[in-house]
Amino acid sequence: MNRLWFAQIAGVIRLEWKKTFLSRRGWWVYLLALAPVAIALMHSLISLRFAARRPHTVFQDAQAFAVAFEAFFLHLGIFFGCIGIFSNLFRGEMLEKTLHYYFLTPMRREFLVIGKYLAGLIVALVLFLLSTGLTFWLMGRHQGAAWSDFFWHGPGLAQMGWYLLVTALACIGYGAVFLIAGLFVRNPMIPAAVVMVWENLNPFLPSLLKQISVIFYLKSLCPVTVDVPPPLSVLVTDTNPAPAWIAVPGLLLVSTLVLAYAAYSARRAEINYSE
Amino acid sequence: MNHRLITFGDVSRFYGEVLGINRVNLAIPPGITSLVGPNGSGKTTLMNLMTGLIRPTRGDIRVLGVRPDDPEQLGRIVGYCAQFDAFPKGLTGYQFLHSFLRIRGMNEAECAQRTAAALQTVNLTGAAERPVAAYSKGMRQRIKLAQAIAHDPQVLVLDEPLNGLDPMARAETIALFQQWGAAGRHVIVSSHILHEVDRISDQVILLSHGYVVAEGQIQGVRSEVKDQPMQILVRCDHPNALAARLFLQNHVVEAKIHPDGRGLLLRTTDADEFYLMLNRIVLETDLTVESVAPADDDVNSVYQYLIGGEGGTV
Repeated sequence: MNRLWFAQIAGVIRLEWKKTFLSRRGWWVYLLALAPVAIALMHSLISLRFAARRPHTVFQDAQAFAVAFEAFFLHLGIFFGCIGIFSNLFRGEMLEKTLHYYFLTPMRREFLVIGKYLAGLIVALVLFLLSTGLTFWLMGRHQGAAWSDFFWHGPGLAQMGWYLLVTALACIGYGAVFLIAGLFVRNPMIPAAVVMVWENLNPFLPSLLKQISVIFYLKSLCPVTVDVPPPLSVLVTDTNPAPAWIAVPGLLLVSTLVLAYAAYSARRAEINYSE
Repeated sequence: MNHRLITFGDVSRFYGEVLGINRVNLAIPPGITSLVGPNGSGKTTLMNLMTGLIRPTRGDIRVLGVRPDDPEQLGRIVGYCAQFDAFPKGLTGYQFLHSFLRIRGMNEAECAQRTAAALQTVNLTGAAERPVAAYSKGMRQRIKLAQAIAHDPQVLVLDEPLNGLDPMARAETIALFQQWGAAGRHVIVSSHILHEVDRISDQVILLSHGYVVAEGQIQGVRSEVKDQPMQILVRCDHPNALAARLFLQNHVVEAKIHPDGRGLLLRTTDADEFYLMLNRIVLETDLTVESVAPADDDVNSVYQYLIGGEGGTV
């Protein structure tokens, strides 16, 4: 890539931040991302105040975070955050009839897709990595020295590293999926709902179908296993988690392929706002 | 391949079953070219095709030798002021121009200089730091124009650029078009304000129902309309006598004394023969002729003859 291409991609990123992510429209995504931080802070404060009444260990706090990470971050926070961030990158422009300004600039449409995706990805990564890291840290902070010991000398730091990796991969994967949904579908909420149902049904799907999802590989990378509670647990089909050497490059490869197709489609796209 | 022309070679564009334009062949030279036609005639389709926003279903388009499906090249030579009254949210006028110049890969200093120049050209320097959303209709029209010219394009495509402008801004904008046209650029304008189109155009393209019904310099187009007698106004001292002589000729189908009594408005099927005969009459009689001028070789009249509708004739 030459310097012009970098300058153009940087120009797209700057403009996207200016008009979308630094505007009031993006607030709900920030609230969504930072909500678990507030909950973890409350948990920490309540635990400090009522430590004697409900004592628990650092491992229970780590388990509580694992449940919160899977239930909130993966199934709700990052998922809906990525819908909000990525599906509007193109669809929002079409609805507001402003995409032609981009199409009239002398840049390869592939770089427009890359610029928009990177603008969204940087925002998603900053928000959700910060949120995951802070939530994890605050979840056991009230344990004082025991948590510090768990974090620095026990499995804590490694667990947080894995959670951050899963968060980043979730942003990369869901980001690519919702960017292309915004390119092709008039109402991205429809494919988003389909993807959400599919991802939530994942534990109950046969092994082969389980592997055709993002959540399966993300869960495979989580350091603490979260079991489905009874009575639903009887419906769960056992499948070996994907090893990291498959899950990480696999998710990156699929995301790259999705983006490549989005770039190819953008190259052929026309402006037809009345569509 | 001609690198000074915008060419359409047998271009058709369909929107599903709906015809946009059909079998269009054009070679547009530099200067001001006006696209004239009723709503739905294909003006915007033609503009969107030459700016690469849509693709032809069939045929070949070249803009100064560049194919419109090559945005990296086309974006450098074309500026388009589209009909959409929409802007990226949350930006000031300055940010709007500056941001899209940055996407072109220009450095900060060049963007700042070009932004300031474009704002000055459209008289929006004072409103540069205000959000575009707070602009009036006329200001939004001017900021779109500024965005289209900021990178100094060779080809300017302007879809109804005079809409919403007050008379002063309209006059200034028309002067700009004339300046660009005189500088050898292509200025393609669509407008429904026919008398203004008539005043500024070097050539016109008349469209109806997706077909080009006429193109070229307006006088040439008018002379091609054989089925409509030419209207000619003769200012003279004895219009009655002139009318009496003219009625003896077969090619004169109508003659009316001008309301001020010092002119004759006539319609003839053979303008060349009429001019020869007028010379003879002047030589043979004591008729004093002040002026002779065609009265319907303007866009309005041609539009009326070829397309119909609101175009008024004398």
